[in-house]
Amino acid sequence: MTPAGEDRQAWGELFELAPPETEDEAPARRGLFRRLRENLTTPRQTISPQLAGIFAPKLLTPATWEELEDALISADVGVETTLDLVEELRGEAEQGRIASGADLSRALWEAVAAHMATEPARIPLTGSPTVILIVGVNGSGKTTTVGKLAYRLAELDQKVVIGAADTFRAAAIDQLAVWAERSGAHFVRQSQGADPGAVAFDAVASGRARGADVVLIDTAGRLQTQHNLMEELRKVAAVVGKVDPAAPQEVLLVLDATTGQNGLSQARLFDQAADLSGVVLTKADGTARGGIAVAIRRELGIPVKLVGSGERLEDLQPFDARAFARAIFSPEG
Amino acid sequence: MFDALTDKLQGVFSGLRGRGKLTESDIDQAMRAIRLSLLEADVSLPVVKQLTTAIAERAKGAEVMESLTPDQQVVKIVSDELTSLMGEANVALPLASKPPTIVLMAGLQGSGKTTCAAKLARHFHSQGRAPMLVACDVHRPAAAEQLAVLGEQIGVPVHREDGTDAPAIARRGVEAARKGGRDLVIVDTAGRLSIDEEMMAELARVRDAVDPTSVVLVLDAMTGQTAVEVAGAFAEAVHVDGVALTKLDGDARGGAALSVRAVTGLPILFVGTGEKLDALEPFHPDRMASRILGMGDVLSLVEKAQATVEIGDAKALEKKIRGGSLTLEDFLEQMAQVRKMGPMSQVLGMIPGFRSVAKAKDVEVDDRQLDRIEAIIHSMTPSERRHPEIINGSRRRRIASGSGTSVQEVNQLLSQFKQMRKLMKQMGRGGLPAMFGSPT
Repeated sequence: MTPAGEDRQAWGELFELAPPETEDEAPARRGLFRRLRENLTTPRQTISPQLAGIFAPKLLTPATWEELEDALISADVGVETTLDLVEELRGEAEQGRIASGADLSRALWEAVAAHMATEPARIPLTGSPTVILIVGVNGSGKTTTVGKLAYRLAELDQKVVIGAADTFRAAAIDQLAVWAERSGAHFVRQSQGADPGAVAFDAVASGRARGADVVLIDTAGRLQTQHNLMEELRKVAAVVGKVDPAAPQEVLLVLDATTGQNGLSQARLFDQAADLSGVVLTKADGTARGGIAVAIRRELGIPVKLVGSGERLEDLQPFDARAFARAIFSPEG
Repeated sequence: MFDALTDKLQGVFSGLRGRGKLTESDIDQAMRAIRLSLLEADVSLPVVKQLTTAIAERAKGAEVMESLTPDQQVVKIVSDELTSLMGEANVALPLASKPPTIVLMAGLQGSGKTTCAAKLARHFHSQGRAPMLVACDVHRPAAAEQLAVLGEQIGVPVHREDGTDAPAIARRGVEAARKGGRDLVIVDTAGRLSIDEEMMAELARVRDAVDPTSVVLVLDAMTGQTAVEVAGAFAEAVHVDGVALTKLDGDARGGAALSVRAVTGLPILFVGTGEKLDALEPFHPDRMASRILGMGDVLSLVEKAQATVEIGDAKALEKKIRGGSLTLEDFLEQMAQVRKMGPMSQVLGMIPGFRSVAKAKDVEVDDRQLDRIEAIIHSMTPSERRHPEIINGSRRRRIASGSGTSVQEVNQLLSQFKQMRKLMKQMGRGGLPAMFGSPT
């Protein structure tokens, strides 16, 4: 299959628009993860040498566990989740299931994958239309994510409406308009400074009237501690629910993969305000390991659904926990 | 988070007071608490190791072992060590001896370069300089438009062009600034990943095209353990002179970004503390240590108050308060002064211990409550504001409906005000007037 064809299939599976492929060890073929791994092979930018050092010895020593702890913390996994993971692996080692560095290497990424997702990420398009609300802190990549999602959905012959509810940031609407044009999506906008709830309402109403399959709503970036802005977000979600009680079907938190432990606070407070259904991990390249997503999943149960590594269209992909865990935590990739 | 460090240490050291002396194992336990707290604040791992070693050594010394309040001694040591690691004093953005000063902004996507560029321009504009902004982000859709809108808001000209040749746009932008007699040029660039060689090469070409006085790396305060590597990569590619730390108004402790100073030696020049374009402050390492340790930042608060409150007004107010003749008009004005300093949550967050108290008592600091109080006072007649005692039942109903509140809320405000006036008369001196008084 061509890379473009593979991409389309992966997206089709995510939106449950194509029959799911039979389970196999194939996900590593996907372009993004290939690139992630390529990036990870540049030693300066990776924890792999650190891991390789841990996994090299034939026998495990007490120092192994300490080094493993450090490696996970360096990947922003966070102290508590790290201690849990190490404890889990240690338990397996005590029962003789992990004897060598090679065993440990495999056990580590498998444990991370198991922590992140038990099944493949899905965003079923069950609504009419399905409303996807995109939220997050400033600069996490919300607008770009909306643009790319619109493009992917259009590729799968889905009719898309985009609502520009980021009415705060200068030129955010213009930025999104460019993306809407690229994907041929219908674009619902008001002027800068308009009420974001009103824009969201219009977008969903317009989606209904046009018989659209999906309505994507971009919102303004806000720090999770800004009480009033979080209340505004709560209102946007509620307003959408007035057009269709089942909406929004998805509320995705866009999270910069370079984020440290603050990511937990982001996920917690955005979840309180808008009831998150998933995380979009953006800017995950070789330097940023996105370990905080492991902690978010563990502490709040919110799964990663999409992962992105740059501004190019093909840099956003459906999330695959096993491929991701391997790319980040396995020295050989 | 870091609020917890003090608590954790208190936990470790509790019961010691009866026993008298600390043991080595007490110290080891404390070090573990410190290590975890620093890591939870995203301080980079090598820095944490270096810090805990230094702290342990000092903690085993006499100053802690023989102290009656070992927890506080240890916190002080942590604070000292953090400060010395982050650099002792504030470093200013270097200006060119022969204008124009050229500042190049660089950073990852979404770190806040464009907003920070506009904030910097506004900062220097308000100091009487003539800045100009140059939009060189040719990659993100509508990035130049964003800078143009911000430039208009702050009254600073923006050089922008269509096309994708960032170095050429930058060069022509600087030329235009020279011709226009501008003495400061701020060049905004596209966000880029530090491992994207092509984009890093473009940045280097932009730098060569304008030969900047300084290159400022814009770094998100929420960044995790990668901050040090990112800074290192940018420093290597374009020779960075300093860091602007953005989005510090949230609950991020900024530990990783601060590790940047410790590892790479790059000073932190500015911090961004809000969405408004005047929310940019010089960086003070010592105060930052307090923030990291959850100890509040009284100095910044006092400075903010002094910058926003007119000294003469404060004196007059003080006199009124002492004489017990404070009116609702004064109260309104006073409230406006305090609110000028920023959102209440932020202002109050600088008071030591406020965060933990607020968390414990679940206090929500809501600016909208202040809006309601303002609305109530605005709905009074001037004579009612000066003589609140004349406000009877019918006036109360009128004020309530005029301000869109309830009679209960009006009552509450009036009784609070009455109490406050009584209290202030008793105090004579102290409280607010002391805080807002002239620095002596």
